[in-house]
Amino acid sequence: MIGGKAILLLDDGTYFEGKAGGLIGTTSGEICFNTGMTGYQEIFTDPSYYGQVLVATNVHIGNYGTKDEDAESESVQISGLICKNFTDLYSRPLADQGIQKYFEDNSIVCIYGLDTRAIVRHIRSKGAMNCIISSEELDVDKLKEKLAKVPNMEGLELASKVSTKEMYSLGDDEAKYNVAVMDFGTKKNILRNLVSRGCKVDVYPADTAAEDIIEKKYDGFFLSNGPGDPSSMDYAIETVKVLMKEKKPMFGICLGHQLLALANNIPTYKMHHGHRGINHPVKNLISGKGEITSQNHGFSVDAVVIEKASDRVEVTHRNLNDDTIEGIRIKGTKAFSVQYHPEAAPGPHDSRYLFNEFVDSLS
Amino acid sequence: MPRDNSIKSVLIIGSGPIVIGQACEFDYSGSQASRSMMEEGIEVSLINSNPATIMTDPVMADHIYLLPLTVESLREILTKRKIDAVLPTMGGQTALNLAIEAQEQGLWEEFGVKMIGVDIDAIELAENREKFKAHVVSLGQYVAPSFIANSFLEGKNAAQKIGFPLVIRPSYTLGGTGGGICHKEDDFDEALRRGLNASPTHEVLVEQAVLGWKEYELELLRDSNDNVVIICTVENLDPMGIHTGDSITVAPAMTMSDSCYQLMRNDSIQLMKSMGNFAGGCNVQFAQDPETEQLMIIEINPRVSRSSALASKATGYPIAKIAAKLAIGYNLDELKNQITKTTSAYFEPTLDYVIVKMPRWNFDKFYGSEHTLGLQMKSVGEVMAIGRTFLEALQKACQSQENGRSGLGADKKEWIRTEDILKRLETPSDDRIYRVKDALRLGVPINTIFKLTKIDRWYLEQIKRLVKYEDQLMRYNVAEDIPTDFFRELKSVGYSDVQIAWLMRINEEEVTKQRKKLGIIRTYKMVDTCAAEFEAQTPYFYSTFENENESISSDKKKIIVLGSGPNRIGQGIEFDYCCVHGIMAIKESGYEAIMVNCNPETVSTDFDVADKLYFEPVFWEHLLEIIELEKPEGVIVQLGGQTALKLAEKLKDHGIKILGSSFDALDLAEDRGRFSNMLKKLEIPYPRFGVATDVEEAIRVANEVTYPVLVRPSYVLGGQRMRIVLNDQELERHVLSIFKHMPENQVLVDQFLERAKEAEVDAICDGDDVMIMGIMEHIEPAGIHSGDSSAMLPTYSLNDDVIDKMKEYTVKLAHALKIKGLINIQFAIKTDEDGVDQVYVIEANPRASRTTPFIAKAEQVPFLNIATKVMIGANKLKDFTIDRKLEGYAIKVPVFSFDKFPNVDKNLGPEMKSTGEAIRFIKDLKDPYFRELESQRNMFLSR
Repeated sequence: MIGGKAILLLDDGTYFEGKAGGLIGTTSGEICFNTGMTGYQEIFTDPSYYGQVLVATNVHIGNYGTKDEDAESESVQISGLICKNFTDLYSRPLADQGIQKYFEDNSIVCIYGLDTRAIVRHIRSKGAMNCIISSEELDVDKLKEKLAKVPNMEGLELASKVSTKEMYSLGDDEAKYNVAVMDFGTKKNILRNLVSRGCKVDVYPADTAAEDIIEKKYDGFFLSNGPGDPSSMDYAIETVKVLMKEKKPMFGICLGHQLLALANNIPTYKMHHGHRGINHPVKNLISGKGEITSQNHGFSVDAVVIEKASDRVEVTHRNLNDDTIEGIRIKGTKAFSVQYHPEAAPGPHDSRYLFNEFVDSLS
Repeated sequence: MPRDNSIKSVLIIGSGPIVIGQACEFDYSGSQASRSMMEEGIEVSLINSNPATIMTDPVMADHIYLLPLTVESLREILTKRKIDAVLPTMGGQTALNLAIEAQEQGLWEEFGVKMIGVDIDAIELAENREKFKAHVVSLGQYVAPSFIANSFLEGKNAAQKIGFPLVIRPSYTLGGTGGGICHKEDDFDEALRRGLNASPTHEVLVEQAVLGWKEYELELLRDSNDNVVIICTVENLDPMGIHTGDSITVAPAMTMSDSCYQLMRNDSIQLMKSMGNFAGGCNVQFAQDPETEQLMIIEINPRVSRSSALASKATGYPIAKIAAKLAIGYNLDELKNQITKTTSAYFEPTLDYVIVKMPRWNFDKFYGSEHTLGLQMKSVGEVMAIGRTFLEALQKACQSQENGRSGLGADKKEWIRTEDILKRLETPSDDRIYRVKDALRLGVPINTIFKLTKIDRWYLEQIKRLVKYEDQLMRYNVAEDIPTDFFRELKSVGYSDVQIAWLMRINEEEVTKQRKKLGIIRTYKMVDTCAAEFEAQTPYFYSTFENENESISSDKKKIIVLGSGPNRIGQGIEFDYCCVHGIMAIKESGYEAIMVNCNPETVSTDFDVADKLYFEPVFWEHLLEIIELEKPEGVIVQLGGQTALKLAEKLKDHGIKILGSSFDALDLAEDRGRFSNMLKKLEIPYPRFGVATDVEEAIRVANEVTYPVLVRPSYVLGGQRMRIVLNDQELERHVLSIFKHMPENQVLVDQFLERAKEAEVDAICDGDDVMIMGIMEHIEPAGIHSGDSSAMLPTYSLNDDVIDKMKEYTVKLAHALKIKGLINIQFAIKTDEDGVDQVYVIEANPRASRTTPFIAKAEQVPFLNIATKVMIGANKLKDFTIDRKLEGYAIKVPVFSFDKFPNVDKNLGPEMKSTGEAIRFIKDLKDPYFRELESQRNMFLSR
C-alpha cells in the first residue's frame, strides 16, 4: 500500500527508513541522483538509466502526472525511485494518469519521505554505489544478502538489454537522407529530432554487424545513448571502427560519444558520481559560446589521453564546472560526438544545433 | 570577453523613496551591484534620495550623492567627477526613466558617459505596449488580442471589438498603476478614464482578459556573447487577474511539465535576444492556458526587477552582483558561481526545496480604499519561506507574516460561515489563502473552490491534506497521545506548536515539551544553488524536520541579530539598514554575526553580509531552536523594529541574554502606566492620559483629560487605528471599532495638544554617557504621525530653552530606563497661556527608530555601528570621536503611495500612511523648497 513502510539500504551499510510508493516489492541497482526540477517522466523512461536507482533532488514528484507522449521509451527504465514527496494527486488536464498507477503498471518500486539531500551529500562524498529498496522485506540483514549479489556497474554491459530486438524504421520513405541509428538504448526524442530534419532512420539492434549496415548505403550513422560501461562493449567498439572506415558523417550522443572515443583508442573511466541533471554548463570551444545541457552519464572520456592524441582527435566541448570532455571531433573524418543530450527531453534546447550540423553534413 | 578596462568609474542610480511597486529590493540590487563593481577596483558613485537605504552608506560605495533623482543632480555629479559609465538597471523604473531623460537631454553624450547594462531601445520597446505586441507576434509568439487607445472614444471602440472581461493597462506606469480588470460594460467608462489619466502619455492598452490562466515568471541573465541562462522560474499560485506582486508565488514551478517549461524557456530566450543588445538581467512573464497549455507573453522587463531579489534569495544566485559584472564586459563563463566558489556562474540554479513568497498588505492603513486584489499592486512588503515540502514552505510563510496568525489556519481566527467565505473567494483580498483553507475545512468541494479562484487543483489538494491532518490530530487528547511518526509528519508540513496546541486545546508548552522529548527538532539545510551536487561554502540556511543537520555551530562567540520581517507601513527598509550595520559592527568586534530574517527584499539577507544567515520566520518557535543550536552570547532586538522587540519578553523568560537595554527597560517604555509614573517621578511633563478596557471607561477618561483626545489601541505599529476625536459620540464609535478589530486589547486615551510643535531626539546611551545623535523638528504640527511628517535636522524654530529641556529629558530618561544602546524620544512643544514653551514627552522607543539612518546619513557619522558596539559592550561612547558633517539643514520628506488606492482618504493624522522617505539638503531657511513645505504645514492635518 502506498504510504507503508519501506527501506533503502546502501552498499556501505547506510540505511534509511521511508514510505512505500509504486509497486510493493524489492529492487536494486546503482544509486545515482538527478538534479532536474522538471521532466521526471522523461528521466524515468530514459534507457540510459537502466540498472540504476534514481534519487530525485526535486522535492515534489508526481505533481503533473504522466503523459504517454512524454515517455522517452516504451517503459520505465529506472530500477527504482527515491524521492522526498511522492504525490499521486496530480494536476494537468492533458495528462493521462497519475504516477502511482504508472509505477504499478511498470512494476517500479519507490521509497519516499526520505532526507534525499542527505543521501545526495552521502553519494557526493562516498561516490556511486549499489543500493537496494524494499517495501516487502524490512529485515536489513536479509536485504544486505540480496544487495551483495547485485553486480557492480563498472564492467557491466547493459546496452543489449535495452536495445531494440529487431530493426525498425521511422520517417518518410521519400526522406532526403537515410541514417542508420545504432540503438544502445536510444531516447525517442533523438529519433524525432532526426526525422523532423528530413531523415529516414533505420534503428538497428546494438549487436548488428557493421557489414549488414554498410551494404544498405546510408548517408550517415548515428550512435545512440545507452546504459552501462562503454569499455565492456567490445562488439560495439568494433562496429564503430568498421563504420568509421566508410568516411560518412557520424554523430554520437552520450554512450555513443564514449564508443566513438574508444573506437579511436581514447579510453573511458568511471566517474565518482557522474553528471545527471538539466543545468550543466558546456562551452563550445569552436564558437566560444556556451550552452546549458541535459546530462546523464556515469562514465567519461579520458581527458589526459585525449590531449596526447590531439593530432587525431579534437576536443570541441568542455564542461565549465569540472572541465571534463563534453564533445569531440575525429580529425579528417565527419565523425563527431557529445557527452550530453542535445535532444534534451528533459532539459534545455540550447544544443539542438548539433542535429542541424549532423544533417547538414549528410549532403 | 573579459572586463572592459576602459571603465574605471561607474555611477549607479538608485530607486528613490519606497513606494508600492518599487520597494527595498532595489536597495538590495543597488548595494550588490556596487560591491560587485568595487571588488573589480572600479570607483563607484551612487545617487539616491532615499536615506533609509544601505546602498547610500559609505561602506557600500566610494562616493554617495544623497540628491533628488533629477537630471540637474546628475549634471552636478558629472561636473564634479569623471564618470566613465552609468548603470541604470539597478534602481527600477525610476532609475531607468531618469537615465532616459538624461539621454534625451544629451547629458551622457556631453560628459562622455557610456550607458551600460541596458539598451534604451529595448526599454522603449518593452514599455510601448503596441510595438511590443507586434514584436512578439513577429517572433511567432502569442499575445492577448488588444488595441491601443489614446482617447476615450478609441477606448470604447476597442472594448466593443474585444468584449468583456477585458483589461485596461496604462502605458509607462509602475506596478500596474491605474490598471484594472473590467468585467462588464457598466464599469468600463470609469476604468478607462482612470487608465488614461494614469498614463503620462495618456495611452492605455485595452486587452482581452485571460482570467484564470496560470501565470509564470522567468528570471534571465544574458552576457554580451549572447549567452542566456534562466536563474529562476516562479509559478504564481494566484492565477492571472491578480498582479504578480500581490500573488503568492512558488518556486520551483509545482505544476509544470518539462515539455511545457522548455517551450517557455525557449520563448523567453528568443524574446530577450530579440530585444536589443545588452548584458544584464531580465524578467519575462507568461500566462498559460491550463487546458491547452497555450503560452502567452505578458511582459518583459529588460532590467533587474522586483522579482530579481526574490529569485536571488530563492536560488542563492546573486543576480545583481553577476548582472553588474556582465555590464562591465565579463561573460558568464568567465565568472564563478559565488556560492560554490568552484563551479561556473554559467549555469541554471536548481532547488531541492520549495520557496513560497507571500505578499504583505496594509489595507488597514488605507481607509476608503477597495480591499480587493487585482491588476494593480497593493502589497507593501513580502516574506519568503523555505521548506522541504510545499506545505511546510506555505505555513512558514504564514508564520513569517506577523499578522497574528500561527500558520495556515488552525488558530482561533478562522471563518466559519461558508457564505462569507465563498464570497471572499470570489472577490480576492489579502486573506484569500486563509479562506481557501477555511472553505476546505468546512467541506466545500475542491471543484467549487477551483471555479471561484482558479487556483490550480494541485495546490488545493495539498491544502486539503492539512484539513485531514487536523481531523486526525483532534482525536488525541494530550500531547503524549500523538504518535511519533504522525507528530513528525505534522511538523514536516509546517505546523507550529501553537497550531497543534490550539487544535488540541492544550498549552503550547505541553506540545513543545513532548515534541522535544520525542527528538523532533529542526535540522538546517543549506541553500546552495545546486541541490547539493557540489560542495558550497556559503552559510545560508533554512530549517526543516529531517535527519541530517548541515548547520554546524562554530566555537566562536556569536551574536544573533533579529530582523524586522516583512516591510509594512511604519516598519520598513530603515530597519534593514540598522541590521546590516549591526552585523558589521558585531563582526568588527570579533564575534560571529548571525542574522535571522524572512524578508527577501533586504540586504541583511544577502548571502555574504552576515557570517551566517538563517532565512527563517522571525517567529518564536523557529527563533528558539536557532538559539538552542547556536548558543549565542546574546540576541540583539533593538535593530529589527517592533518585530524583534516583541520577542524580548519571551527571550527573557527563557533566560536568553538580550544585548543592550534589558527587557525591563523595554517594557517600562512600552507600558503606558509604568512609563507615566516614571515621568512623574522625574518631573518630566507628559500629556494627560488614561487607559480603558470598554467604551464607558473610555468616555470617562476622555472627559477627565478633556477633548480633543488621541485614541489608540496599545501595542501597535505606526499609529495603527490611532485617531483624534472631538466628542463622546466619535469616541464611542471609534473605541467600538478598535475592540471589534482587536479584541482583548486596551485603549489609550491621551490629551491632544492642539497647535503644538513636535520634535524628536535619537540618542545612544552606554549606561554612563548619553550622546544625542540629533534633534529633529517636525514641520507639520503635532497630530500628524512622525513617520508622515517632514522633519528638519537640526531644529529651526525652537528656542535654546526648549532644546536644552529636550536634551535634559533625554539624558534623564536614558538613565532612568537604563538604556544600553539606542533610544528615540518624541516631544510636543506647546506654548502655554503665559507664553512659555512647555516641553512634553509623548513617547520613548528604546530601539533603533525610523530616523536613525536619516541622522547617520545627514551627519555622515556611523551611529548604528557605534550603537551596536555599545549594546554588545565592546565599547563605551568615550571610545569614539564624532565628526559631524552636516552643513545647513537636512529634511526628511515622507513619500506616499496614494495613487495605488483610488478613493482613499489622503488626509494625514496620527496613523502613518507613508511608504517611504527622501532626504533633501538645504543651505538655509530661505530655500524655496522648505518655504513651500512650511507654508503648507497645517493643511493636511485631519483625524
